[in-house]
Order: sequence, then structure tokens, then C-alpha cells
Amino acid sequence: MAEYLVLIYEDETGYANATPELWQEVMAAHNRFAEQVVEQGGEIISGRALEATQTGTTIRKDIVTDGPFVETKENLGGYYLITAKDLDHALALGKLCPAKFGGVEVRPIMDTSGGQ
Amino acid sequence: MTAVDGPPGGEGGDDVAVRRAVADAHRREWAFVLAATARVAGDLDLAEECVQDAYLSALSAWTRQGVPGNPAAWLTTAARRRALDAHRRATTLRAKLPLLVEPEAVAPAEPVEEIIQDDRLRLVFTCCHPALSVPAQVALTLRLVCGLTTGEIAAAFLATEPTIAARVTRAKKKISAARIAYRVPEPAELPDRLDAVLVVVHLLFTTGHTAPAGDRLVRTDLVDRAIGLARMLHELMPDEREVIGLLALLVLTDARRATRMDDTGGVVLLADQDRSRWDRTAITEGGALVREALRGGQPGRFAVQAAIAALHAEAPSYAETDWRQVLGLYDVLARVWSSPVVELNRAVALAKVCGPAAALARVDDLVADGRLAGYRYLPVTRADLLRQLGRPDEAAAEYRAALELAENTAEREFLAARIAELDEADGRGRIEVSGHRQAEAHGGHPDHRPELPTVAAAEPADGAADHRAGPETAGRRDQR
Repeated sequence: MAEYLVLIYEDETGYANATPELWQEVMAAHNRFAEQVVEQGGEIISGRALEATQTGTTIRKDIVTDGPFVETKENLGGYYLITAKDLDHALALGKLCPAKFGGVEVRPIMDTSGGQ
Repeated sequence: MTAVDGPPGGEGGDDVAVRRAVADAHRREWAFVLAATARVAGDLDLAEECVQDAYLSALSAWTRQGVPGNPAAWLTTAARRRALDAHRRATTLRAKLPLLVEPEAVAPAEPVEEIIQDDRLRLVFTCCHPALSVPAQVALTLRLVCGLTTGEIAAAFLATEPTIAARVTRAKKKISAARIAYRVPEPAELPDRLDAVLVVVHLLFTTGHTAPAGDRLVRTDLVDRAIGLARMLHELMPDEREVIGLLALLVLTDARRATRMDDTGGVVLLADQDRSRWDRTAITEGGALVREALRGGQPGRFAVQAAIAALHAEAPSYAETDWRQVLGLYDVLARVWSSPVVELNRAVALAKVCGPAAALARVDDLVADGRLAGYRYLPVTRADLLRQLGRPDEAAAEYRAALELAENTAEREFLAARIAELDEADGRGRIEVSGHRQAEAHGGHPDHRPELPTVAAAEPADGAADHRAGPETAGRRDQR
């Protein structure tokens, strides 16, 4: 098994004026995702949602600025650290990950156990 | 494949014969040897190095001992020994991120034993994994499956060697780091994954069939490689109908190779080609394959394209082509594979059946649609229809627009001649073609081309037309 980070990129305006129903729908989708990962032989090591990018603060060479590191239409809004047996497995799990207003990127975690 | 070191078969000392045997083995067996070695090496770079060493050592060994009865087995055994030695010598030699070889249902093959498993399909599916970009898939397939050097690949795509080398290195790095498994896809994922492989082979063929840039219309090296790959896939997956369809399409299209250019390298249209010089053996083979590919259930897009190619190949003349059936097949094709390029080809067949005005209306729809913007065969097709409708000024303008987009010398000369004809008829002067801009080094690679060639200019309504719908479609396929 190997570890992958599933990065959820979405247009945050989709959530800006979210109704309670929308939140409920999204939370239910994520709960379902967590179950599906296990059913399909994967594992979620951790997973979190992030506050909106406007709450972010960027530091470059000690200079602190308000806002996200990169201004984009779709932003990192949450992640899951999962285990999967290979990329195909990880992609199959990634496809199940809810991202109503965008999509996900699946990145392998670097194996640093070999030194160097 | 059964393989033991056979008794020395050749005469020792005959340098030329040995060199030829090694070259033959390189062309025929590279994929087999590398695929089998990758499993033991557990790393594509190490496997490549070991296989290269094995080919080098074959030169001297075969000179001394004679050419073995089974060169592939000899080379595989030699390459695998080197891989094992490398592992034994030092673990630091091992890549940090080994190739993920999925375990066999049966016990893994020992490095030296009587039966060497044919792993070529694993290699092909790994090289054409949809998580890799299409240009990376193409480069990796040529490098690892065909055994071409990065220099040869660069030459084929008019790219620079460092560009190709970097592309291959990045792709290999992704295979290890993201753990793309070295395996044949499960039946459930096979259709999509196989389609990706067929697209790569088709792309190689179309790139060779009408070179996107440069002085030659056809790059036989790429055409031959593509047909070789299609034959290999057919041998390994004899029941896959789309593989049969692709092989049929390539064989039928290539049957016209000798007649697509005149003595000076100029483009000869399908209508004007000397059909007596078409390769009848290839047409017979292709025709039989088409019938097989169409048997049983909904045919795939390659089978339908091959069927169109067969109609052209088997027609006694351009005028006697069964255009109604060609049009019907384009309708089928549009259903199984919707793409604006298919629509454009269909319009050419429509012109034959319902006249140029009806076809022009469809082409105008495609212009409005916008997805084919920058595709040179769109203005070419429009120009041909306008010419048939007796609107020479508009036709000439469209040919000029196409000339702006064409980078292949033979195609440029063809377009310039068409413009000159129209201008002469109109009493204007000739236009000069010699000062055309040279194709840029990067222009030839698929990642810089929104569309692949082959339709209207040289061969209207050609079944071999590349029906890829450009980056949008490629992207969509990658996401599946």
C-alpha cells in the first residue's frame, strides 16, 4: 500500500451562500465517501476541510500578506490522506471524493524512508 | 513463448551476419526482452540499461558462439542476470521508488528458467497509462516498446532531443512515484485502457502518414512502427475487435502509400491516385480484418473507420466509390464516436451524395461551432466545396487560410497550386510558395497540435482520417 493525498479544489463561491440543505448534502457526501474508501480496500489516514482562502495568510521571505498563496478560481478547500495499493486504486477512490464545485488532484506522498 | 538457450545456430565469426542478427533482434524482440527484464529489475531505468548491455554483449558473444536459436530468450536471460547482479552488488543501485510489479497468480518467474512470460502487454499498458499525458505516452511507447533512442524519437517528431529525453524521464519518474502498476488492466477497465493504447498507435501512424511538418509527406519509419505495434497488439489480444479494427485501418490506409505522392513528392489526391499500384495483398488482408472487426454487436470507431477505408480501397475508381455507403458509415461513426472531425469527413461524403451545397451548409455549421478553429482541413474542405459551387474568389480565400495553417511542404505546394489555378482563371498572378516559413522544431509534436492530419487536403473523405477531436477530447479521455 502507498499513501496519496487527495486535494480537493473547488470554486469557493459555491459555498459562500450555502443553505443548510447544501451543507447537509455535502457532509452526507463526505460521510459516504469515507465508507466507500473502506469498502473498496483503501484507508483514510486523515482528512480535513479548510476555511475559505480569504482567511489565509501568505508568508514569502518573511513578508506577510493577507490572502492565499496563489490566486486562482478553484482553490484548495480540503484534503484526504489515503492509502491505496497503486495509482489505479487511488484514482478509483479519488473519483468517489465529493467536489461539487470543482475536482480533486491525487498526489503520491514521497517515500523518504530510503534516505538521501 | 518458450525459451531456452538453443544450440548455437549461426556461423561464428561472420560479423555482418551477427550484426544483422542483433539488429533484427533489436527490432523484433526489444519489447519482449525489456518487458521480461523490467519484472526482475523492478525499475524501468535499470531494466533499460541491462537490456542495452545485453544487446551489446550479444555482438561479441554471438560472434564467438554463433547466433542462438532463440535470440529473445538469450537476450532476456542475459539482461535479467545483469539486473540481478546489480541488485546483489549494492542496494544503493536500486531506485528509491521501484516499479510496482503486481504479483502473479502463479509463482513469480525465476530469472533463469525455461518459460519466460510474455510481459509485453504489461509494458504497453504501463506506457499508455491515462495518468500520463498523450505526448508522454507516445514518447514512452517509442522508447520502451519500440526501443527507439530519444534522438530517433526527436527526429520523428521534429522535436529536440533534450525535450524528448526530459519527457521520457518525467514519465518514468511518475510511473514510479505515483505507483502506476506494471500490469494488464482488469476486464472492467480494459475498454478504456485499451482505447488509450490504440489512440497512441493511431497517433503514431497518422503522424507518419501525413507528416505535420517538414519536407516529406510520409514518414515511413513511423508508419512502419505503428503497423508493427498494431500487429503486436493483435497477436497478444487476438479477440479484441477494436485492435483488429485498428490494424485493418492502418493496413488499408498504408496500402495506398506508393500512390499518394507524384515523382516530385507532390500530393496526389485520392481521386487521382493510380489504383493499379495500390498494394493488393494489404487490401485483401485489411478487408478480411474489417469483416472480422465488424462481426458481432456494435462496432467500435476503429472498426468503422476501417470499414470506410475498405470501401475506398476496394472501389474500382473514385467515381465508382459507394458514396452512399461511405456516408452511412460516417453516420455510424458519428454515433459511436462524436467528433467535429468526423462531421467534417461526413460532409465530404455528403457532397458526393447530396451535392456541394448541402455539404457546405454542414461545414458552415462546423465553422460556427468553433472547435475546429486552426484545423487546416476545415478551410480546405470549404474551399473545395466553394470551387465546386463556382465561387472561385471565396474558394481562393479559404485555400489561403489553409496555407497559413499547413506546415508540410508537400501540402503547402498543393494548396499553392490550387490558389494559382483559381487566380489564373481569374486573370491574377501566381503566388510564390518557395518562401514559406520553415516548420518550427516544436511544431511537429502532438502536444502542440490541436488536431491531427489526414483528411481533406490529400484525400477527401478518407477513412483513415484522424478523427481525434483535439485537446478537449483528449483531455476528457484522460479524465475518465
